[in-house]
Amino acid sequence: MQSHLLIRIKTHFMNCNITESITWFHACKINDVPENGGVCVKYKESQIALFYFKRRDEWFATQNLCPHRRQMALSRGMIGSLNGEPKVACPFHKKTFSLVDGRCMNEEDDCSIKTYLVKVENDDVYIGFAGADNDEEEIFA
Amino acid sequence: MVGYKFCEKLLTKADQNEFEIIIFGEEIHPAYDRIHLSEFFSGKTAEDLSMAPKDWYQSNGITLHLGDPVSNIDREKKIVYSYKGITETYDYLILATGSSAFVPPIPGSDKKGVFIYRTIEDLEMMTSFAKNAKKGAIIGGGLLGLEAAKAMIDLGITDTHVIEFSPRLMPRQIDSAGSEILKSKLETLGLKILTNTNTSAILGNNAITGMLFADNSSIEVDMLVISAGIKPRDEIAKKSGLEVGPRGGIVVNDYMQTTDPNIFAIGECALHKGMIYGLVAPGYEMADVVVNVLIANDKTFSGYDMSTKLKLIGVDVASFGDPFASNSDCHTIVFEDKSKGIYKRINVSKDGKHLLGGVLVGEAASYNMLLQTCKNKMVLPPNPEDIILGSRGDGKQGSADSVSALPDDAVICSCESVTKSQICNAVSEGGCESVNAIKKWTKAGTGCGGCIPMVKDLMLHTMKTNGKYVKNVLCEHFNYSRQELYDLIKLKSLKSYDEVLDALGEGDGCELCKPPIVSILASLWNEMILTKGNDTAQDSNDRYLANIQKGGTYSVVPRIPGGEITPEKLIVIGQVAQKYNLYTKITGGQRIDMFGAHVSDLPEIWKELIDAGFESGHAYGKSLRTVKSCVGSTWCRFGLHDSVSFAIRIEERYKGLRSPHKLKGGVSGCIRECAEAKSKDFGIIATEKGWNLFICGNGGSKPQHALLLASDIDSETCIKYLDRYLMFYIKTADPLTRTATWLNKMDGGIDYVRNVVVNDSLGIAHELESEMQLLIDNYKCEWKEVVDSPDLRKRFSHFVNAPEEKDPTIRFEPLRDQKKATEWK
Repeated sequence: MQSHLLIRIKTHFMNCNITESITWFHACKINDVPENGGVCVKYKESQIALFYFKRRDEWFATQNLCPHRRQMALSRGMIGSLNGEPKVACPFHKKTFSLVDGRCMNEEDDCSIKTYLVKVENDDVYIGFAGADNDEEEIFA
Repeated sequence: MVGYKFCEKLLTKADQNEFEIIIFGEEIHPAYDRIHLSEFFSGKTAEDLSMAPKDWYQSNGITLHLGDPVSNIDREKKIVYSYKGITETYDYLILATGSSAFVPPIPGSDKKGVFIYRTIEDLEMMTSFAKNAKKGAIIGGGLLGLEAAKAMIDLGITDTHVIEFSPRLMPRQIDSAGSEILKSKLETLGLKILTNTNTSAILGNNAITGMLFADNSSIEVDMLVISAGIKPRDEIAKKSGLEVGPRGGIVVNDYMQTTDPNIFAIGECALHKGMIYGLVAPGYEMADVVVNVLIANDKTFSGYDMSTKLKLIGVDVASFGDPFASNSDCHTIVFEDKSKGIYKRINVSKDGKHLLGGVLVGEAASYNMLLQTCKNKMVLPPNPEDIILGSRGDGKQGSADSVSALPDDAVICSCESVTKSQICNAVSEGGCESVNAIKKWTKAGTGCGGCIPMVKDLMLHTMKTNGKYVKNVLCEHFNYSRQELYDLIKLKSLKSYDEVLDALGEGDGCELCKPPIVSILASLWNEMILTKGNDTAQDSNDRYLANIQKGGTYSVVPRIPGGEITPEKLIVIGQVAQKYNLYTKITGGQRIDMFGAHVSDLPEIWKELIDAGFESGHAYGKSLRTVKSCVGSTWCRFGLHDSVSFAIRIEERYKGLRSPHKLKGGVSGCIRECAEAKSKDFGIIATEKGWNLFICGNGGSKPQHALLLASDIDSETCIKYLDRYLMFYIKTADPLTRTATWLNKMDGGIDYVRNVVVNDSLGIAHELESEMQLLIDNYKCEWKEVVDSPDLRKRFSHFVNAPEEKDPTIRFEPLRDQKKATEWK
């Protein structure tokens, strides 16, 4: 039995409060990401889902792995909102996760996904990884 | 579970400052949901099954000692001693020790590979052992035994025997005729059932290798689960000098008090008037009795209705009231359909007025209504058989309004004892307008969940009575039904999802409203679905024009109209599958599916298929799939007309047509109906004089035969009617509603549709035909457009920053000279 006792740090740029150093990784150009959709970014040996929420003019990044059936699929999921909170739905079984804090928004589910910082400079999109980067295994496994 | 329910009820009914609860539990998990234990094998974890997280106990001031059972009770001093040495005093002590598995005294039951089926630990041990086991057996053909058989199948041991001592399965719940039907149903699933069989020994040295029966026959077995009943856990009560029954169980009175008035026993360990109650609902009722006694309310336990409905290995089984009433007390009405595996029995009082009880096997949709009719002594209709057979003759479906006939105090949810009036109040006064809201407000439907369909009917009924307009809105972003949106989008000539959201909705949209709206856009204008920003609003399969499969690869289905294909095209499919290493399989719709394609290979695969003359098969869309055909009069000696040519013509006509759900058709060249057209959304069957057109058939989970719309019509009339019917369906159906369900919900049913389509009662026939013609004229192969467009092709890669690389986590395994996706966790 796996227990998921990850300590989650809020890393969405709107409400982050991080003093540690952040590694910024150049993911792609703005035009590479479909409006109101996602793409998958290869970062070292991990996969990050990057979303451009054009209606809200916001960018989000999460792990690409859906924890439900452990499928590399979230970047192909549909994004939207629930009571104003942005979310992504996995294409496999429509589990939905908050893009703000990564928690599963379906009732009676307690799995969650990691979220990452995103920043946009000119035409370039960067994903931010906080501190020493030793969590690849968790995203990838 | 019952202990947890006691805490929950005490917390809500009593002042928290007036008591303190301390729990000792033998297991290391807090209380968990044993009813759904077998879901552990379908991937649920101990946490998923738990009734409440550990911090629930903490935040409610409950002290929890897990893995530490009570070892001694000093009744004089009112002190309990735990196994690990904790000492606590008490005012009242509640024993909710439950039961353990009853293991019959069979020599060899201590061998390796023999399990009991009771706790999460048992299940964990079974899971690891099952990896090396091939032949399974279960002792016990009761409710739990069949649950254990399901677990064996889930663990991959399909060669499993169920061994029952008595002459039939589930002897406590159903009669022998029902049991026979259940047995044959289970046998079709591969289980081997031995009734009247007494196990005399378990064979093998260290580990089990087989079983010997009383008649000296034997079977080979390498994993055995004993599930032959329960034994109340009364050791601590016995040790403390409390009275226990001769066959076990702590004796309690109507207040659930043991022979020591300060000690209570509830749940499966309690023996009330000679009965052990092995179900959860009576256990909850007992917990409620004790809570009421403690807060000085007068409430007693007066037995409990043992009616139950379950789904065992996919077979519905239910019994209610007195299922075994003998012929001298009542009239028995039996309906039995051996070919479909359905058995229904009701026992009706001699005067024909009341329902006394009954048994349902194979189909139990009417269980809730029957149970209510029985419990509330409602007067039966003049022909009592109607309640199990439905009214017959006119082909119309009964309405859901039957809930209105129930009395207000009818218990709808027996797990939580919620009555009809409580549910109606939650809607009228609590403002609950969804099943989830009612669940939160009343707790109805939070136990076994069996009453949820009835709760929903009651909710809709109450809302209608209150004059509320009940409408199926899509989600929080749109306050319109699909039909309203269809009309509004057409009126305003909206062409993209964002335009629709801006004009008619609010917020950001979501996975519930995006697919139906882009489907409406496609049904209205038939423009390329991946343009105008509509790509990211498509459901995932439509977005990649392919079906996502386990592991994240896709499957590819080119259109093969009517199932007719040249050898040259067959060779191309073979070559493409070989080149891209794809698994190939013939589909149910007479075409060929190629599985295991990487997303980045899709455009190249389709380029090769399109170059050979193929088009998209739209297997990924809510759209026309296939028109299946038999070989027809060109070759068949019975054929009346050329069914293949007509099927091809129809499939070519409606290919690419987007609809509320998928559409399938069939054309048969004679009455033998080899194309199985009557199981399709539209079925065309040749007659001497022309064609018979059937509509709204369905395979799938609720099969339904198509109904005759028009007979002996010529090909042109047939197509005209099809145009009107399909367009009428597209314009009026709710999202994800197949034509069969659409028809079932329609007032007036097939007669109404026939009036609209054939007699043009609404005067819209011409409009429907011209709308269809517009869609047909606008058809283009979506895949050809992608292959020809570098911009669209760009979206078909896994990594945006490494488009040439494939997803490295995709894994395949070999299977019969091909491959399969590695099983997910």
